[in-house]
Amino acid sequence: MQISVKINGKQESGEVEPRTLLVEFIRYQLGLTGTHVGCDTSQCGACTIHMNGRSVKACTLLAVQADGQDILTIEGVAPADGPLHPMQEAFRDNHGLQCGFCTPGMIMSALAMVERHNGEALDEKTIREELEGNLCRCTGYQGIVKAIEAGSKAMQGGA
Amino acid sequence: MYAFEYKKVSSLDEAQQAFDSADDGTFMAGGMTLVPTLKQRLAMPSDVIDLGGIDGLCGISVDGDTVTIGAMTCHADVAASEDVQKAIPALAHLASLIGDPQVRNRGTIGGSIANNDPAADYPGALVGLGATVHTTKKEIAADDFFTDLFETALEEGELVTKVTFPVPDAAAYRKFPNPASRYSVVGAFVAKTKYGIRVAITGAGPTVFRVNEMEQALTSSFTADAIADISVPADNLNGDLHATAEYRAHLIGVMAKRAIADCG
Repeated sequence: MQISVKINGKQESGEVEPRTLLVEFIRYQLGLTGTHVGCDTSQCGACTIHMNGRSVKACTLLAVQADGQDILTIEGVAPADGPLHPMQEAFRDNHGLQCGFCTPGMIMSALAMVERHNGEALDEKTIREELEGNLCRCTGYQGIVKAIEAGSKAMQGGA
Repeated sequence: MYAFEYKKVSSLDEAQQAFDSADDGTFMAGGMTLVPTLKQRLAMPSDVIDLGGIDGLCGISVDGDTVTIGAMTCHADVAASEDVQKAIPALAHLASLIGDPQVRNRGTIGGSIANNDPAADYPGALVGLGATVHTTKKEIAADDFFTDLFETALEEGELVTKVTFPVPDAAAYRKFPNPASRYSVVGAFVAKTKYGIRVAITGAGPTVFRVNEMEQALTSSFTADAIADISVPADNLNGDLHATAEYRAHLIGVMAKRAIADCG
């Protein structure tokens, strides 16, 4: 089946089978490998992307469900040759990652969280509650929570 | 994943036709249960019929004493709805406890109740509030809709279109979530309505159920103390690696008491 999506501002299309997962289409057909597959069972959130502005797990959607939709992946949050997004910068500054495997999903979830709260700076309780859908096996989350707190504050600057 | 046919339909009639012409069709709402099920081959339907393109199945409205939620409305929308928060805050709260944000952005009320997972949250709200399920074939009281483990009063090819909830005088939901999956190990939905007190328990048994003895005790005195001596037998409750049947039986009392306290 032919599908077409707007991804990181660019129109892309491709031929997929009904069983092709959205994350497979993004990684293997579009070559955007920043979106990771940690568990493939909807638990870990490493594959988190935004579809029409909302965070979703790309391993739990069929590619055909994304036909005609607007998608944002980690590659689209900041220009490839420009400075990092303030949320990415905050992860670097606050030791928000060790191996980095979960980081793209963490950042996409963090950005969705800021959006859900109308761009306000986030507190620790909110972050811990709403980070429920993302697992990290390295950091123990302390650095991630701090990073999201700092990132959401940095985004107040109008970034 | 194994190969299947995918059909995106744009009306309930088309959905019905697609279902009738398939060897072994299944409907997909948000897909939050179905896609993992397909991956594991726990179900292997020949055709997946995507309801995502049908207009008019999404949305929330409040009219007098009734809150109406379209079948394809996602949990995040119910949780964030100011109308629901105002009319039935317990329902918005319950929706905010389902899964995680990513799941709440896709999972729908219609999909959840049609699946009737014993550990799902929504069955607690529907039975706890005395809701009515509207389908392509009938209107049915929530009390009669959830029949058994993963079983409902839906016939082959029948679809949920919306759920209507009467606004209660007070209501609260408390759940003891599985720490990993966030499914309810036990959830208690307690409501004071003009048709009486309702206590619905989800997570504990094969399907949601009411505790009549608690409802009667609360009718005389709506306090947590009133049900302190009431215990639900563990005989027919679920026992698994997360919690024994006896533990679930104990949690029913604890969660119900907390929900009563939350009703204020």
